Amino acid sequence: MKEEKIELIKDGKRLDGRGFEDLRPIKIEVGVLKRADGSCYFELGNNKALAAVYGPREKHPRHLQDAKTAVVTYRYNMAPFSVDDRKRPGPDRRSVEVSKVSREALDPVILKEYYPKTAIDVYVELLQSDAGTRTAGINAASIALAAAGIPMRDLVSSVAVGKIDGEVVLDLNAVEDNHGEADMPVAMVARTDAITMLQMDGRFTKDEFERGLKLATKACHEIYELQRTALIEKYSESVGKGEE
Amino acid sequence: MGIEVMADIRKDYVYDLIESGKRVDGRGFRDYREISVERDIINKAEGSALVKIGDTAVLVGVKLEPGTPFSDAPNKGILMTNAELRPGASPDFELGPPNENSVELARVVDRGIRGSEAIDLEKLCIEEGEKVWMTFIDIHPLDNDGNLVDAAALGAIASLLNTRIPNDRYELTGEDTLSIRDTPVAVTMIKIGENILVDPNLYEANAATSKLTVISNADGTISGIQKSGTDGLKEEEIAEMVELGIEKAGEIRKKYLGDIEA
Repeated sequence: MKEEKIELIKDGKRLDGRGFEDLRPIKIEVGVLKRADGSCYFELGNNKALAAVYGPREKHPRHLQDAKTAVVTYRYNMAPFSVDDRKRPGPDRRSVEVSKVSREALDPVILKEYYPKTAIDVYVELLQSDAGTRTAGINAASIALAAAGIPMRDLVSSVAVGKIDGEVVLDLNAVEDNHGEADMPVAMVARTDAITMLQMDGRFTKDEFERGLKLATKACHEIYELQRTALIEKYSESVGKGEE
Repeated sequence: MGIEVMADIRKDYVYDLIESGKRVDGRGFRDYREISVERDIINKAEGSALVKIGDTAVLVGVKLEPGTPFSDAPNKGILMTNAELRPGASPDFELGPPNENSVELARVVDRGIRGSEAIDLEKLCIEEGEKVWMTFIDIHPLDNDGNLVDAAALGAIASLLNTRIPNDRYELTGEDTLSIRDTPVAVTMIKIGENILVDPNLYEANAATSKLTVISNADGTISGIQKSGTDGLKEEEIAEMVELGIEKAGEIRKKYLGDIEA
């Protein structure tokens, strides 16, 4: 298969019919796993992300404990069948980096100092991937942490912006990502507007970068409302039924 | 425990000093340490550079060998960037498989080269679908006193600018020099308190809660960004850092890469 130039924007619309500043459809389910302390299923277009959180629990082995705070681990993992060409199971260099930046995206909101010597483990599985997977994973993980009852300063919301056919657009899908000119995943704390993850590859002018960041910020606020609503709906429902 | 206490005291010292407008080594907030770039110091490599930023030293070597192209890009050469944080470069580095820090270092450098399209990968095609040049950039930190990424990225582009294609060794014919179209330069900044500092040394990097690397090109466009660290940055702070990063990259490019035709 040879790389072909394809037109990603036709009549001001993207191939999937979206405008430049539109998110893909989002679906959120909270508390979908029985064994995890907190969990969340998050769909972003064709991405299907599942986050499971365990902890705070005792950190093993002991020498990895921190006497002052909890230690947060984050594992981002793509299922072998989640992409067109089967992905070899297990961590690769990309997933190691994604795990690191995702952990750092969430770290600032977790009140780790409440739980010295413990582990808070976040496992994110991408069951289906369609670009923007790390952002879907962070959105899911953030909700799963809250669902696990871990004290947090706020939720973290995440989205990517990119450049296709010379235009700065929100939330690239896989076709757009593969044929696009730039991709920039962003995560932020909506309440304080603090940006906790920022990566960029491809090529942006300074102006495109600034417009992209603004677009991402706006979309993170939209996602934040969906995350909040999903948590409120889940737990007001259980309170109503007299559950814990 | 002793080491941890010392580390905390040092962090407080660095922080207090910066709050009073000074840096540990007396530099201004927007100044780099002294930089030096020596090219072609490893004869066996197709390209090489030793970059020093203050006491940080990184050796970068480039090797080329023929290989099979990826099926989705049959007419393009392959670029691979690798970094190894060897224990000789720091008491904090351990033997073993690549960890997240070495992977991040390699991938950020790679992103800058790839995003800028500095290497014309199509020119590295020997026989479409069959044989292409694989270009390996190996990052070899020798001494870590902070800001490995800027030194590694500078070493990578400096090496590539001097890279010869080893046609003779593989009994091939073709161009003997690697054609380089752009010169991406990485500039790393940290935030300590409310202050933004360029080129953190190790003490400063350890005291900082967030770090941003901006890789920019000769025309001022950006071809890579990576935020790391456990604290958020405001949009205005990021904008300031991006602007500063582009400015500093321009200075470095002119001084250390300028004498080569890009």
